[in-house]
Amino acid sequence: MSDPSVSALVAEETATVDRVQGGGSLWSNAWRTLRRRPEVIVAALVALFFVVVAAFPRLFTSQDPQRCDISNSGIRPQWFSGPHPFGTDIAGCDLLASVVYGARPSLLLAFIVVGLSVLIGVTLGTLSGYYLGWVDTAISRAVEVFLVIPLLLAALLLLSLFRTVDTGSSVLGSILQPALVLTAFGWMGYTRYVRANVLETKNLDYVVAAKVLGASDLRIMVRHVLPNAIGTVTALIPTAIAGVISTEAVLAFLGIGVRPPAVSWGILISNGSERFTGDSQYLLLFPLGCLVLTVLALVVLGDGLRDALDPKLR
Amino acid sequence: MGNPPSAPSPDVVLEVQDLVKYYPVKRGVVFKRTVGQVRAVDGVSLALRRGRTLGLVGESGSGKSTLAKVLVGVEQPTSGRILVDGIDVSAMKRAQRRELRRRIQLVFQDPYTALNPRMPAGEIVGEAYAIHPRLVPKGGRARAVRELFDLVGLNPDHVNRYPHQFSGGQRQRLGIARALAVKPQILICDEPVSALDVSIQGQVINLLERLQDELGLAYLFIAHDLAVVRHIADEVAVMYLGSVVERGTETEVYEQTRHPYTRALMSAVPLPDPSMRHRREEIVLSGDVPSPAAPPSGCRFHTRCWLAPLVAGAASDSADVTIDEPAAVPAVCRTDRPELLPQGPPDHLAACHFAEKLTENTTRAEAAR
Repeated sequence: MSDPSVSALVAEETATVDRVQGGGSLWSNAWRTLRRRPEVIVAALVALFFVVVAAFPRLFTSQDPQRCDISNSGIRPQWFSGPHPFGTDIAGCDLLASVVYGARPSLLLAFIVVGLSVLIGVTLGTLSGYYLGWVDTAISRAVEVFLVIPLLLAALLLLSLFRTVDTGSSVLGSILQPALVLTAFGWMGYTRYVRANVLETKNLDYVVAAKVLGASDLRIMVRHVLPNAIGTVTALIPTAIAGVISTEAVLAFLGIGVRPPAVSWGILISNGSERFTGDSQYLLLFPLGCLVLTVLALVVLGDGLRDALDPKLR
Repeated sequence: MGNPPSAPSPDVVLEVQDLVKYYPVKRGVVFKRTVGQVRAVDGVSLALRRGRTLGLVGESGSGKSTLAKVLVGVEQPTSGRILVDGIDVSAMKRAQRRELRRRIQLVFQDPYTALNPRMPAGEIVGEAYAIHPRLVPKGGRARAVRELFDLVGLNPDHVNRYPHQFSGGQRQRLGIARALAVKPQILICDEPVSALDVSIQGQVINLLERLQDELGLAYLFIAHDLAVVRHIADEVAVMYLGSVVERGTETEVYEQTRHPYTRALMSAVPLPDPSMRHRREEIVLSGDVPSPAAPPSGCRFHTRCWLAPLVAGAASDSADVTIDEPAAVPAVCRTDRPELLPQGPPDHLAACHFAEKLTENTTRAEAAR
């Protein structure tokens, strides 16, 4: 054992172990883990691609989705051999342009709705589970009230009531109303999940230890309870994003979703599904394929992120 | 219960007077009404001396852990007083109370749930400095954490590791380091070694003893392992159903036992020498601990007491013997709650109507051998 080369080897080995297991913050460790998973890298590239599509639609098509020529109606996909790679729909609008320009409202709506819902749900769920008492009673009853109102009925009522309100013609303006309504009926699930997890976590010894040290309620919630209670919520987020995009399609079908002239994947999917039985399957398959790819990428990303942030799985 | 409040002594760092903690039992869905109370801690008086160890023993459900929670301020007492350095904690303002609470810290039983799995070890120990910024100036915190690691026998280079990368004994050391970070005077150890392997138990006990010598800490050492308590404790208190039944120095309680419950506990300690085993009478208590929601009348222990029938049999008046209670118990045990009274030395207290009979009984049994 006194052989210097052996001890040097041992020292080197422990140093590598330390580099792998510790060192740096939670996030830098997570980043290091994520980099080593190929499926996460692929998913990140796919997600990044759609974000670029949403941000810079002009890079991907020269056509204007609003300029439809009825004489070009129903052209099948031409790929690289013509001006309409994905073909055109029944009104002669270029499908590639529609899909590309539809990405922004769809993704923006989905991220706003899910982001706000998670924020509201996590905040209320944590407060409710941590303090219990009247706070819990008020929040839990509110959750129940919102759960029993059918989403479509409420959306129909609210969106048709405020249909005349002008929110501007920007992308944000065209999705503002559906975003608010979908958020108002989307936060309850997260609240319940987080509340249940907080109830379980808050009586663990390390939370008691933080209390004994004199930590404030806010510190205990943010540093000790939430990181250990939020796991199930991160698994819900990717599917929730898909859910919002398809719900938006339903709203669009009822004429109360994203306001025209803006197009969205939801509108394209709902239009395309009407013609699926003919020989125009491509009208459904292209927007649906984009949606599925986006959701799949988010699922893999979310999964990888959750594993990377859990020190035990490293 | 009726323990006269002792004169404040500069030697006593933590004093508990008639501490009571009841949990209400509630029924009803919308309109909750209290239908009863669980008497988890029912009138406990203790005194913990500076730099000394008070062992607290008792069965599961005797209120040891509830007492610990009340002492560290996680639970509010129903009544009674807690004095830290002679100052009543409940009479203080919030900020002062926080400062006073800092001096009492807790070491947990289960090292696997006591550490936040998502925080690196260094952050777990160093969190105290984020909560109490005045303890250590900002620049010296990383060094202070490394010193704490060193103090409890952990490698300071492991500050970036996560709890799951440590063994049970190392985790327990981490828990102790976290408690020590705020420079406490009192450490409440709630069964700190009962979840560990025996070899590791010894190491942690030795660590606790070394820390006591170096830092002058006072320990309230809660355990159900009587051998461990005997090893580490200067004084011992025995709890049964929420109250203290016997209290005294380690020698007094272990060798001149004055309460039948303590005697029963002692007889259950395994003896290392097999040849000694047949020479000892084992007292097996019948039945379970009664529910603290409906404790027995009079002496809490009379339903399971092994001494009471002997005393009743010896007593001439057989009027006490009722038909529905074949194992007769003296009437006084069923009606009057015994007080903690001095037995011989003034600091050896026992709550039994027939404490003196216990000594007689012992001598008789020993003479028979």
